[in-house]
Amino acid sequence: MKRKGIEVSKAIAEAAKLARVEVVSAYPITPQTHIVEHLAELVANGELEAVYLNVESEHSALSACVGAAATGARTFTSTSAQGLELMHEILFITSSLRLPVVMVLVNRALSAPLSIWCDHSDVMAARDCGWIMLFCENGQEAVDSLIMAYRIAEDKRVLLPVIVNVDGFTLSHVIEPIEFPEQDEVDRFLPPYEALFKLDPERPVTFGAYGMPEIYTEAKYAQEMALVSSKKVIKEVMEEFGKRFGREYKVVETYNMENSKVAFVSCGSINENIKTAIDLLKKDGLDVGLISLRLFRPFPSEEFLESLKNVKRLIVVERSMPQGATNTPIFNEICALIFTRKLDLTVENYIAGLGGRDVLPQEFLELVVNPPEKDHGREYKVLGVRG
Amino acid sequence: MKILKTLEKYMEDPSLELVASGHRACQGCAEVLALRMAFKVLGKNTIVAMATGCMEIISTPLPITCWRLPWIHVAFENTAAVASGIESAIRILMAKGKIDKKWINVVGVAGDGGTSDIGLQALSGALERGHRLIYICLDNEAYMNTGVQRSSSTPYGASTTTSPPGKKSIGQSTWKKDMPKIAVAHNIPYVATACPSYPFDLFNKLKKAKEKDGPSYIHILSVCPTGWRIPSEMAIEYGRLAVRCGMFPLYEVEDGVYKMTFKPDTLIPVEEYIKGQGRFRHLTEKEIKEIQQRVNSEWEKLNKLCEITKP
Ligand SMILES: Cc1ncc(C[n+]2csc(CCOP(=O)(O)OP(=O)(O)O)c2C)c(N)n1
Ligand code: SF4
Ligand SMILES: [Mg+2]
Repeated sequence: MKRKGIEVSKAIAEAAKLARVEVVSAYPITPQTHIVEHLAELVANGELEAVYLNVESEHSALSACVGAAATGARTFTSTSAQGLELMHEILFITSSLRLPVVMVLVNRALSAPLSIWCDHSDVMAARDCGWIMLFCENGQEAVDSLIMAYRIAEDKRVLLPVIVNVDGFTLSHVIEPIEFPEQDEVDRFLPPYEALFKLDPERPVTFGAYGMPEIYTEAKYAQEMALVSSKKVIKEVMEEFGKRFGREYKVVETYNMENSKVAFVSCGSINENIKTAIDLLKKDGLDVGLISLRLFRPFPSEEFLESLKNVKRLIVVERSMPQGATNTPIFNEICALIFTRKLDLTVENYIAGLGGRDVLPQEFLELVVNPPEKDHGREYKVLGVRG
Repeated sequence: MKILKTLEKYMEDPSLELVASGHRACQGCAEVLALRMAFKVLGKNTIVAMATGCMEIISTPLPITCWRLPWIHVAFENTAAVASGIESAIRILMAKGKIDKKWINVVGVAGDGGTSDIGLQALSGALERGHRLIYICLDNEAYMNTGVQRSSSTPYGASTTTSPPGKKSIGQSTWKKDMPKIAVAHNIPYVATACPSYPFDLFNKLKKAKEKDGPSYIHILSVCPTGWRIPSEMAIEYGRLAVRCGMFPLYEVEDGVYKMTFKPDTLIPVEEYIKGQGRFRHLTEKEIKEIQQRVNSEWEKLNKLCEITKP
C-alpha cells in the first residue's frame, strides 16, 4: 500500500491503470480532462498496456467501448455533463447488451447557461439508463470505487455497466493523500475479464437483435432483475474489498445515526460539509445524522430503510433542479418508500449547490435549527436563490 | 474458366452462406444480395457491426438470427465507432496474448442514411484514425427501413416520402452526395464502388479490401425494388443500367490512384435507366436532360481523376 498526495483526477487514472484497462475511449470535456490526459500519458509511456482511442465525440467514445467490451476487452471511459448527454442513447444500449463498461462521470451542471461547475443534473438526467451508479465523497473512495466497479460489472451474475460519480472540481481537481494498493493485490482482487459471450468467429453470437411486442417486456424484465439483484454482488464485493484493503464500504453509509432523530440524506462530496455541520451541532449537544447514498442504482431501499433507525425528520439535499417534477429525484424515491411502508416521518426537500455554488457547513446547520419555508407554491426550497 | 470456378466457389459452397436464408427482406431486394455476396468473400473469420436499417431488421427478430457470423447492432449512427472498438479490442487482446494472432476481419455495415447522413461523423473519425476495418455502405438511395424517406444519397429528382414532387417541388432537390470521394479525402488505402449486378467486380474489391492494413470503404449500389418502385425481378437489371449509363460508375481508388474497373464503350442515355422507375416517373424531358448533363460532367471528371492519378 503506497500513500501519496495526488490530484484526484490523476489518482483515478492510476486506478484505471491498476485495473489494467485495455481500451480507453473518451472525448475531452472539463472537468474530466485531467483523467483522460493522464491516461494518455500512461499509455504513451508504456506504463499501461492499452489502446487509447482518440474518438471524435462522446457518442463514439461509448459506442467504441460497447464494441470493445463485446469483443472481450476491459474498457474505460469518462465524461461530464454535455458529454454524458451526447452518450445518452448509447447508455441504454450498453446496459441492455449487458456489457461491463465502466465510466467515471465527473459531475458537472448541464447547459444552458453553460457551466463547467459541479452539480448532479448530468447523472440525474440519466438515472434510469440501467447502469449501476456509485457516488464518492473523496478521492480515496473514487480510487477504490473504480477498482470495485470492474469486479462488480464483470461478475457473471451482474454483467452490467457502472458509473462512478465524482464531483467536478470540488473532488476531481483537489489534491488528496491517497493510498494506492499494490498491483499484485489488485490483480488478485480483480482477475482478467472473461466475457460470458463475446464477438468471436469461433463461436458466433448475435448481439442487439430487435424485439417484437411478444418479447420486449420479457427482455426488459430480465435486465431489470439483473440490475436489482446486482446489489447482492455489490455488497459482497465491498465486503471483500474491505477485508483485502482495509477500507470498508457500504451501499448506504451513515454518520452519527445512533441517537439522531434528525438526519440529512445526500450524496457526493457535499457530504463532507454536512458532516462538519453535524460535528458542530454535536458540540452543542444536538445529534443529527447523515445517510449517504454510495449506491444510487439499483436503489438500496432495504439498506436505506434500515439506516433510518429512530429518525423522525429527514432533510434531503440534492444538487439538481426537478424541472417540472414535484420534487428532486432522490426525494421522490425516498418518499415513495416511506409512503408504501407507511412510515411516520417528515421529509424536507432542499436544492443546493447548483452549477458549482458552494454550500457551507453553516447553511446545513441552519437547515436543522431554522428550517426555511418552502418556495412559494413549490414542494421544495432552493437554498440561497435570489428572486 | 477461372471466372466460372470462382463463381462456383462463391455461389455454391454452403459453408460460405454466412447470411442465411429465411430473412425477411422484400422480394428481389438487391441490398441483401450485396450483403450475402460481400460476406462470401470475407469469410468466417469476420466480425460484423451493423447499423439500424433494413438489413438489421430483416435479419434479426429476437430470438431468430440469420447471422452465422459474430454480429452486433448497437444504433443507427455509430457503426464505424462500434467497429473501431472491436478492432481496438482485437489489437490489444492479440498484443496481450489473450487471443490468437490470426487477424480477424472487422466489418462495419450501414445504409446510405447510416453512412452519408447520421453516421458520417463516426465514419470520418474511424477512417481518420486508420483502423484496420472494412466499411460497407449499402446504398439503396433512401431511408428504406422507415418508409422511403430521402437521404443525402437520394438522386436528384427522385420522389420519396419526404421529397415528394408537387407543384413547387421536383422531388429530391439536391444532387447525390458523393460519399466515395469523401472517403477518399481521408487518404485511406482503399475506396471502391460496387454493385451486386457485377458480382466479380464486387468479389475482387472485397478481396482487396480484406488485404489492406488500414481502413477500406466500399460503397455498394443496392437496388431496392420497393423504394424505387420497380418490379421485384428487375433489381439486377437496374443495377446494370445504373452502371452502364454512368450514373453509378464502378471504380476503385487504391492509395489515391483512381481506376475504372468497368468502363462501358459508350454510355447508354440516363433516360433508359430512369424511365421505368416509379420514383422518377414525374420527371419531364427537360429535367431528365439536366440529369444527363450532370452525369456527363461527373463522368468526365472521374475519367480525368483516373488520368491524373495514374502512376
Ligand atoms: C437516432 C435514430 N434516428 C432515427 C432512427 C430511425 N431510423 C431507423 S433506420 C432509418 C433509416 C435507415 O436508412 P439507411 O441507413 O439508408 O438504411 P436502409 O434501411 O435504407 O437500408 C431511420 C431513419 C433511428 N433508429 N435512430
Ligand atoms: S425496402 Fe428495399 S432495401 Fe429494404 S428489404 Fe425491401 S427491397 Fe430490401
Ligand atoms: Mg438506404
